[in-house]
Amino acid sequence: MEKLEVKALNHHFGFTEILKNINFTLQKGQVLSIVGPSGGGKTTLLHLCADILDVQEGSVTNTFTSSAFAFQEARLLPWKNVIDNIALGLLARGDAKKESIAKAKEIALKFGLDEEDFTKFPKDLSGGMKQRVSFARALVLKPSLLFLDEPFSALDIGLKKELQSILIELIAKKEISILFITHDLMEAIRLSDTMLLLQADPGHIVKEFDFDKLHKERDDKYVYAKSAEILQDEEIIHTFELELK
Amino acid sequence: MIINIITDIIRFMKFILKIIKDFPAYLWSGWGAIASILLFIAFWDMGNQIYGDLVLPSPLETFKTLLLMLQDESVLEEISITLYRASIGFGLSLAIGTSLGLIAGFFATASMMSRPIVTILVGMPPIAWIVLAMIWFGMGDETVIFTVTIASFPIIFVGALQGTRTLDGDLKDMAQSFKLPWHMRFFDVYFPHIFSYVFPAWVSGLGMAWKIVIMAELLATSTGIGASLGVARSQLDTPTALAIVVIMIGSLMFIEYIILEPIKREVELWRN
Repeated sequence: MEKLEVKALNHHFGFTEILKNINFTLQKGQVLSIVGPSGGGKTTLLHLCADILDVQEGSVTNTFTSSAFAFQEARLLPWKNVIDNIALGLLARGDAKKESIAKAKEIALKFGLDEEDFTKFPKDLSGGMKQRVSFARALVLKPSLLFLDEPFSALDIGLKKELQSILIELIAKKEISILFITHDLMEAIRLSDTMLLLQADPGHIVKEFDFDKLHKERDDKYVYAKSAEILQDEEIIHTFELELK
Repeated sequence: MIINIITDIIRFMKFILKIIKDFPAYLWSGWGAIASILLFIAFWDMGNQIYGDLVLPSPLETFKTLLLMLQDESVLEEISITLYRASIGFGLSLAIGTSLGLIAGFFATASMMSRPIVTILVGMPPIAWIVLAMIWFGMGDETVIFTVTIASFPIIFVGALQGTRTLDGDLKDMAQSFKLPWHMRFFDVYFPHIFSYVFPAWVSGLGMAWKIVIMAELLATSTGIGASLGVARSQLDTPTALAIVVIMIGSLMFIEYIILEPIKREVELWRN
């Protein structure tokens, strides 16, 4: 069984303790979100899981056969056009160029890009388009594990819904497992099976929330109701330092 | 992977073809530049009419002298000597400057240490280098080549250093997350960025080299067009002196606008 297992993970930058004793397991087909305030070590945790940073203490065991990463900003190569950017991961994997380009074109159309956009450089794309390309670049790999670093935070509501529904489609088919971090509770409630609350200074997990309802059945009403419920939680109030008047 | 490398080579050849194909359109866009050069020549002719032939020969006379000179074997010989010195000197500073700059850029300590040294090199007037080189190497090729190399070195060095220092850490993380193999990491992530800094530095280094070679020749040798300029001065042969200046500027403009600029345009299409 594919899984991502994090055990007794600690991390320091210099003398600053960033993460302290993090433990969780992400099973195949599961969506796990980590929420917490900005600057709480979420990104560091995700980078450790995705092998972008080296683990110092504890262990991260990733047995998923493939993985991909979508960042908060699109992080496209400015000197490559849309299609070449999307095909980057495929080429890195060693796929043939022709097939990679064909696959990239196919997924670009699916993500709402037009043929005339294919040869554009990132400088000529709007922020939303860039994020579409970034998502396409990650999902064209058909990864069994997807890492998301607040990928929706800079998008308008329409595009946010569109990209989320693409993910929900994949989740429903059990084709993908997702580890994502966000500071947006509603986003976490809409997408995840399990939500971990990460408190800052140093980052440690204080609480776990589970959402059993099927993703497709989670309408706005459910999300709002759940958010309202969770916002009453002592730990949440403490973690986000919400001052309720 | 071999297939991918072959397609990369084909892509590179297509790229060269595109530069050639876009070339006529680029030339056509040069009418404005030609008009301003003609205007400059008109002012030059006005200067001639005010100050007379000895001080400022007319453009017509200058170009006539130039034409005569270009038919003269010995003048062509002088030009080729100068070209040889400039290209060796520039080639050396290109190779040394680029490689040292790249290495220094990859290590924080090295780039910190090299900054004051670069300031010294940039601040040192080329004329001082010529004097030192004359003492060290005597009057000859070495002095000229040394001066050219040392004068254009810091420009190229700084370009390469900046190129590596400013590599985007976010893109490095991205490359890491997609597990790019080393050759893709280099050619697709690092190289285009570094090249966009190094190439303009090469262009300004070349301009510097071409100016310095003339000065060094004038002061330290008896051959090359720099030395011819010195001879023209001592004989008060203003038309020849001006014709030599036209050769220098003409060749620099040719290299910059006909060869380098079209390449730069294609290479930097992705820039804002």
